[in-house]
Amino acid sequence: MSLEITRLRLPLASFSLELDARLDAPVTGLFGASGAGKTSLLETIAGLRRPADGLISLDGVVLTDSAALVFRPPESRGVGFVPQDSALFTHLNVQENLCYSQRSRPRATRPGISYEHVRDVLNLGSLVARRIGSLSGGERQRVAFGRALLAAPHLLLLDEPLASLDRELKDQILPYLRLIRDEFKIPMLLVSHSADEIVALCDDVLVLEQGRCVRRGPPAGLFVVSPRPHHELAKPADVSPLKDGAA
Amino acid sequence: MSSDLWQVTWFTAWVAVTSTLVILPPGIALAWLLARRQWPGKSIVETLVALPLVIPPVATGLILLHLFGRRGLLGHWLENSLGIEIVFTWKAVVIATAVMSFPLLVRTARVAFENVSPRVEHVARTLGAGPWRVFWTITLPLARPGVIAGAVLAFARALGEFGATVMVAGFIPGKTETLSLSIYHSVELGRDGEAAAFLAVSVALAFVAVWCSERLLRRVAA
Repeated sequence: MSLEITRLRLPLASFSLELDARLDAPVTGLFGASGAGKTSLLETIAGLRRPADGLISLDGVVLTDSAALVFRPPESRGVGFVPQDSALFTHLNVQENLCYSQRSRPRATRPGISYEHVRDVLNLGSLVARRIGSLSGGERQRVAFGRALLAAPHLLLLDEPLASLDRELKDQILPYLRLIRDEFKIPMLLVSHSADEIVALCDDVLVLEQGRCVRRGPPAGLFVVSPRPHHELAKPADVSPLKDGAA
Repeated sequence: MSSDLWQVTWFTAWVAVTSTLVILPPGIALAWLLARRQWPGKSIVETLVALPLVIPPVATGLILLHLFGRRGLLGHWLENSLGIEIVFTWKAVVIATAVMSFPLLVRTARVAFENVSPRVEHVARTLGAGPWRVFWTITLPLARPGVIAGAVLAFARALGEFGATVMVAGFIPGKTETLSLSIYHSVELGRDGEAAAFLAVSVALAFVAVWCSERLLRRVAA
């Protein structure tokens, strides 16, 4: 995967998001405090926001080019988006949610991503007939992952996928994210303000502050990870961006 | 029950159903536009749509009479170019009830559309659905309870419409005779028994309509 962002400018309430970057890691993290512009960047890549300026292309396909007046609508970008609140369709059941991208019928979309495969990897088999209202927070998030995967995207955008879950549920969902990464090989762009999620999943990290990328590099170079037993996630306070991290 | 009573009841119910069906497509479209889009003149349209709720129904009827009368702006054109006569026919009754109930449908449906999270629609777009498919498969189904509630309110308003109807359609037995007009007419002529019969049917019809809508809403919401 190669996502190229060239001279992107998106005016936000109190500052402008400005970015020039080429992302080609399997999982890239966007790290920063709330309001740094992370979600806005995801929405711009997904085509849910129009940037004032700039060019975004994915694997050579232009998604947005302000100079050439190109704006590909979200439905034809092949970019999956899982928002923080999972945004499931509450009037449909789990299976209908999963298969929405396939006109509500289970069928294989591309080699390697079949309904059965996604269902089994995300352990959704027992949920398919359930109503959305009856699902727990962790179950909702897994359904949201599955629904996005079944659209067979070229890039998956995850906006704070674990933020709404408590510590215990986070530990349950994190392995699923690793599974998605390893099983389906769909490149991911993961937004988080939690350093331990970034360290656990990402190969490359962009640290955003006030709409600008202030540091970039592999998580090992950007964060100090305190020695902890593997099964226990470090508190964000134990893990902080280094002052001398790669720019 | 006399055949007159049957006919009036049938006509009233038919008018209410027809006017509700007529306003449903434009009402849903306008409610969506008001809830989801910014456009020039939006606040003027908003105010215009709400007017029939605020001005006296008789005044609304007078406006309609001027519009659709033989020498009215629309009435003149309709009669001369299409040969359609509106005033003092069943069409006038439908137009009067439609105009009077339109704001109730639009206001209720608008709130329903506003309560559908744009985020959910956004996600549907990223799953490959174009704007039309998102509207038909996500937005409208999620707003359905509110849209149905609005349609029921509009239907109920149409059942009882009096002021605008009497202005624009008059009271022509067998032609524009609705239950509320008949009640007024019977009382005016001192026919208390007849008025009581019309009253009983009105109450029964309203009861059935409200009962059905409550059941429908409960099923949709479940």
